[in-house]
Amino acid sequence: MTDPAPSTFSSPEAIKRLKRRRAADVRFRYYGMGAIVLALGALVMLALSIGSQAVSAATYHVARYDVTLDRAVIAPPGEDTPEEISRNVDGFWSLVRNNLLETFPEADLDRASRTEASEFITRLAVLPAARKVAAEPQLIGNEMTVSAPLNDDLDLYLKGQAFPERRVRVGSLSSASQQEAGLARLEGQGAFTPILSAITSLEADGADLSEGSVLLTAGSSTGRLSDLQPDAASLELLTGTLDDFRSGNATARIIALPEAQRVVSDQQIAWTLALKEMGRISREPRWSLLTNSDSTYPELAGGLAALVGSLFTMLVTALVAIPIGILAAVYLEEFAPKNRLTDFIEVNINNLAAVPSIVFGLLGAAVYLNFLGMPRSAPLVGGLVLALMTFPVVIIASRAALKAVPPSVRSGALAIGASQMQTVFHHVVPLAAPGIFTGAILGMARALGETAPLLLIGMVAFVGDVPKGPTDESTVMPVLIFTWSNNAERAWEPMTSAMIVILLAVLLLMNGLVVFLRRKYERRW
Amino acid sequence: MDTDHTPQAAGTVTPPTADALPAAAPRIDCRDINVFYGPTQAIHNVSLSFPDRAVTALIGPSGCGKSTFLRCLNRMNDTIESCRVDGQILMDGQNINDHSIDAVLLRSRVGMVFQKPNPFPKSIFDNIAYGPRIHGLASSREDLDAIVEKSLRRAGLWEEVKDRLQAPGTSLSGGQQQRLCIARAIAVRPEVILMDEPCSALDPVATARIEELIDELRKRYCIVIVTHSMQQAARVSQRTAFFHLGNLIEMGETEQIFTNPREKRTEDYITGRFG
Ligand SMILES: Nc1ncnc2c1ncn2[C@@H]1O[C@H](COP(=O)(O)OP(=O)(O)O)[C@@H](O)[C@H]1O
Ligand SMILES: [Mg+2]
Repeated sequence: MTDPAPSTFSSPEAIKRLKRRRAADVRFRYYGMGAIVLALGALVMLALSIGSQAVSAATYHVARYDVTLDRAVIAPPGEDTPEEISRNVDGFWSLVRNNLLETFPEADLDRASRTEASEFITRLAVLPAARKVAAEPQLIGNEMTVSAPLNDDLDLYLKGQAFPERRVRVGSLSSASQQEAGLARLEGQGAFTPILSAITSLEADGADLSEGSVLLTAGSSTGRLSDLQPDAASLELLTGTLDDFRSGNATARIIALPEAQRVVSDQQIAWTLALKEMGRISREPRWSLLTNSDSTYPELAGGLAALVGSLFTMLVTALVAIPIGILAAVYLEEFAPKNRLTDFIEVNINNLAAVPSIVFGLLGAAVYLNFLGMPRSAPLVGGLVLALMTFPVVIIASRAALKAVPPSVRSGALAIGASQMQTVFHHVVPLAAPGIFTGAILGMARALGETAPLLLIGMVAFVGDVPKGPTDESTVMPVLIFTWSNNAERAWEPMTSAMIVILLAVLLLMNGLVVFLRRKYERRW
Repeated sequence: MDTDHTPQAAGTVTPPTADALPAAAPRIDCRDINVFYGPTQAIHNVSLSFPDRAVTALIGPSGCGKSTFLRCLNRMNDTIESCRVDGQILMDGQNINDHSIDAVLLRSRVGMVFQKPNPFPKSIFDNIAYGPRIHGLASSREDLDAIVEKSLRRAGLWEEVKDRLQAPGTSLSGGQQQRLCIARAIAVRPEVILMDEPCSALDPVATARIEELIDELRKRYCIVIVTHSMQQAARVSQRTAFFHLGNLIEMGETEQIFTNPREKRTEDYITGRFG
């Protein structure tokens, strides 16, 4: 070519057009990146907010009580079968409480402080100890260390999540002398200046300390400070001895929230700190979240019953929805004639997949419970309801997977004389299997996270026992989360998050299974 | 085990149609075939027969119904819902369109090779062995091995794949895949092999290989090949049928069709004036 026509490549218009096109390209790329950043940001925020809550529920404080297993208390005559021992909550609990009263003599002085001490341990928390003794009766009469989770409010206090508290070191004390009416006088050159300046700074931040408490702790002794001056203050000893303060090294805790508005009193804080100082409280992983069933007390509650309930429910759902879904899909896609009727069926299956899940709950309640008279709150019914919801999803996913199998595979098999059934089951279904499995598992994952329809068939009932079969009364994980999140006590919040994390972990596991199956099957060709 | 197919003497030999068949007994004899896709007719009154141990080529412009007609011969049109086939197709004196004839059995006697190689996503061995397995042609593992080897040998693929029978069939080159498909068809001991543009997805070298193979297979089978390449028809076939708009225009010895067509439309097509 003599004239390479440079104009088409370098004319001003062409360059302008090119620039605009490039700019559009770049813009589009930024929009895409922006969308991804937004999505990731939302995901990270979700993970952080749930994760940070859940982490605090992953551990809890357990207190130890050295008791003598007094036969008269835990296995009195006439109530000494293992069965009865294992249910003797009152007996074990009184042993533990008496141990606490022995440790803190001041708790035994009046009814009010005995009550305060009683709140340390939930009665049911001694059940594991009772079961252990029932299983090993030779322990009776001997010493035993009973471990029981600390009351949830004290647990939160020790984790620093109950209410704001400012801790300051006080200077060395020169004297501590007993005065009239339980008050002691503490003195030390400038010893209380740190407290006073902390109070000033807190008040500058808008805190109202007029009804708050200032607790002073030294060793295992704690008292409430009043009448604060830079060099001296009055101390109302809550537990322990004055001697601890003489040896110095005291820490003050400034709590702005008035005692009357708190769920833990100054006295309980004092005892808790003392037990901790004695090494009788330790922070342990909360396995009970997975090994206990639901309870009205957060420190005892766990998700085992719900986990097993979910398992039974999913089992029923899988057994019903997956075979029906796959067979229906195979029939519709490979065998059914294409006519008005099958079109109608197809449209309705798609509609079924779009029906809000609560409608299936209503349907389940009407048909399974009222008409067929199946048991309420049972995984059997829950599973059947979720199966109704899941199988359209399985059908749609399976049909898509079957459609994606190239027709040449079918004609190849038919052309060498395979029957239609052989063609479908020897060639088409194996090729579609990864897609079918994916659809089935994703449908199951959706069912696993479903709450609304199960509320309507009564699976929201409080269930303290692990269900033994699909007809036992039961609940499921998302419903448990829903229930816990409605509970008033503060301690339920992290528990709820922890349960969410467990549910998400199960879902992740299922998605992992999808990926695994896909990989495994795709390697076959 | 006998894998040679002695053609049975056709019981009811029909007199040659207007296009004057040679004296040899036809393997397949089609009479007044009409094919409809729903309301539209794709094949109009075609009568055509195919001699044994010879290659018949179906040529014609795209969309003229060659594939449709070919699919009548092993009733693959049954799998197309809207498709309806009228007329008699006689094989051994029996009308294969008859309800008493099982399409599945028929397809084991009339093999088919498609335009695009479509090996199963399985190993080379399983590709060949699948047919004999479902038809119960092998009584033992040794039998099966023998069938696989024989089929691959006949398809001229044995030397190339004998060391990797367990490799996936899809890992072969396009031409090898097509020969694998031919071997797969051979393995169920067919009498007729239908080929629908078997080389249109292949390069010239692979095409030449397949054409050689077809010439080789002609000694044992009745072969019907659809092709859009007139050179190919001229190279591999002994007889040629020219279709146009669903009608059979002309049928005769390949040499005669290409050198001395009786019909104007045939001549126009062959000389490249349309299609
Ligand atoms: N599955 C089908 N459904 C409806 N019409 C079809 C189908 N297959 C082919 N046809 C029509 O039948 C006619 C012949 O097609 P075909 O046999 O594929 O032609 P060729 O193989 O000669 O190119 C065409 O008009 C085509 O549109
Ligand atoms: Mg065609």
